[in-house]
Parts: sequence; structure tokens; C-alpha cells
Amino acid sequence: MARVTAGVTTSHVPAIGAAIDLGKTQEPYWAPAFAGYEFSRRWIAANRPDVVFLVYNDHMSAFGPDLTPTFAIGCAPEFAPADEGWGPRPVPTVIGHPELAAHIAQSLIQSDFDLTVVNKMDVDHGLTVPLSLMFGQPERWPCRVIPFPVNVVLYPPPSGMRCWRLGQALRQAIASFDEDLKVQVWGTGGMSHQLQGTRAGLINRDFDQRFMDELIDHPERLAQLPHLDYVRDAGSEGIELVMWLIMRGALGARVRTVHRFYHVPASNTALGHLILEDLP
Amino acid sequence: MALDKPYLGIPGTTVFDAEQARRGYPLNSFCMSLMKADNRARFKANERAYLDEWPMSEEQKQAVLARDYNRMIASGGNIYFLAKIFSTDGLSFQYAAATMTGMSQEQYAQMMLSGGRAPEAKP
Repeated sequence: MARVTAGVTTSHVPAIGAAIDLGKTQEPYWAPAFAGYEFSRRWIAANRPDVVFLVYNDHMSAFGPDLTPTFAIGCAPEFAPADEGWGPRPVPTVIGHPELAAHIAQSLIQSDFDLTVVNKMDVDHGLTVPLSLMFGQPERWPCRVIPFPVNVVLYPPPSGMRCWRLGQALRQAIASFDEDLKVQVWGTGGMSHQLQGTRAGLINRDFDQRFMDELIDHPERLAQLPHLDYVRDAGSEGIELVMWLIMRGALGARVRTVHRFYHVPASNTALGHLILEDLP
Repeated sequence: MALDKPYLGIPGTTVFDAEQARRGYPLNSFCMSLMKADNRARFKANERAYLDEWPMSEEQKQAVLARDYNRMIASGGNIYFLAKIFSTDGLSFQYAAATMTGMSQEQYAQMMLSGGRAPEAKP
């Protein structure tokens, strides 16, 4: 049987991808940010997943003004890096897991989560930057990836509670797949940041630290946080954090913190990163 | 009955809701076209002529020509669409964000290095 072996969260700032692609990770500005992932690279080499179920938001690369699904699942055999305006990132093509993706799609829709099934899609920095942070610059990605884009750009995104419950249904869906697979669920985006208007540059360390504390120990309470609180306290783009609740819902009631990291700034953004495992 | 929109009161912030998305549709569609290298080249060669191919308002076109991101957002743009414009210009999210605050890019970068804009600070 397939099973969820761990949860990972990380911010997915595009400048991080550019720093990796341009060989700037050891420069004084970036070195402290990448230092927080050294443990994670060793950990994932020792705890290699067969599949990563990667929750992220499309930054209007695959979707756009014509079409904005709230929850979508990538069921294709592969996904090319998107051209976001400066050419595609020089990273490997993402190899999907169509059988598991189709199984999860059917299971989640039958659990009343109305997904959009996507069979052709390019993936942007929201998906490829977390892969780069965790795996570095390999010739090919070392595992399969199921992309799961969530709309957090067109307001309102799904509520935290909806995301948390979707994570719980996802855990059931994965556990009912017959093949013996180790699956990690990653929730990406955040933490506090605002990329627009005269309030651009907002960072809220207290909110971010409290968010991580609550995500670990009191996810159901955190899931009740209204959208307004995210936008007001964590910035207009901080609302991406609802996606972390999908990861947390896919884990059990009690978890162990394997790794926790927080750094300001990564360009405009507070960088947050967690690795969590179920407690037996 | 009108929808409750409590987020309209957050200072220095425009939430990209369905109303904004409706107004911004032509502007954001133009932005999406810049994901193709051929279109970027045509836009750079003659910005005004390229903009005139889109059913955008004159205000939206002027805002693009002036690279005034606050004006673009006010007329329905969203930063993830507008990113295609500053990426075409070879500029970063941090550059674009700085221009919206009225700070120089150096001042803005320094603010971020110092921990960012405090949430209670008035924008």
C-alpha cells in the first residue's frame, strides 16, 4: 500500500530559483538562506520518497485570466518548466505519476473535493523552486511528482479549513492505492510577504512563528483563521500559507518536527521551512 | 445584497477579487502574451503598437507604458500577471515592489535586509 511518509513545507520565492540557476547560493546575501536547507538535502537523501505530492500555486503561468481552477491535479506523464517571461528555468522536466494521480483525483472528487483534472500543464517556480531547494541541481529529479496547484491569486482562495480537510482526504486517498509507494506531501508558498502597493515589503515574524507553532500542534484551530487575518497580518501574498494546511492535514494528529528553519529576507519574502513526520 | 468585503479597508493593499479581475481581464491577458519570446520581441520593438492590439483601456495602456505598477493594479492588474512585464524588462520582483512603495530600490532592499516593513507601520 502507498503511504504518506513525511510532510515538507517551504516558501517558493522565484529569486531563490534564480540564485540557484546563476550559481549565487554562496554569496553573502543568499548563503544564510541556503544554509537552512543543508540538513534537508541530507535528510531527503536518506528518506527518498517515490512520489512527492506537491501543493503549490501557479503564478498565472499555466492558468491565467481565461481559467482559474481552485484545486487542480496534474495527471500527465510529464510537466515542462514554464516560461514566466525570462525563459524556462534550466531544470529537468518533472516526471509525473499518472496512475497515482488519477487514483487520487477519483478518490478526492468522491470525497466532495471538486478537482480540475489537468493533462497538459507547464509548471512554474512555485513547483520547481521547492524541488531545487530539496534536491539541488540533479540531471533528473530523483522521484516522481504530482503537481497540485491551488488558486491563491484570485480572491478568495479556498479557506484554511477546506485545505486542511482536503489534506485529510488526501491521506485516505494515498493509503488506498495498492502499489507500495512512499509519498511525501509538500505544502509550499508563504511566509509573510506583500508584492504590491505602498505596503509592499511587509514581513511579520510573530505571525510566521505562531503560524508554524500552530501548524505543528493545533492545525484544526489554525484552520479556522479567516482570510482577512492572512491578508492583513501576513500580506496580500502571505495568504499562500493556506496551502501548508493541506500538507498538515495529510499527516496524523500528532507530529514530530524533524527540521524547522526561518530566515528574512529572501528578496521580498520571509522564508519558512518545516519537515514533519507522524508520531507513531 | 452586496458582498461583505472587509479587506477593502487594508491600507496600501488592493485585493485581486472577482471585481478587479473583471476590470483587469484585457490588461492581464496582454501580460500573459509576454510568456512567448516572439511576443516579447514584438512588444519591445514597438510597445504602443503592440498594446493597441489588445482591447485595453487607455488608462491601462498608459500605466503599462509608464511602468506604473500601482496604476496597473488600480485598473485591475495583478502582480503575477504584471510580472511578465518586468520580466520582459529583465527586472526582478524586488525592483517592481520597490517602485510601488515610492522608495528607491536601494532603500527598499535595505528595509528588507533590516527585517522588512513592520506590520503596524503605516504604508
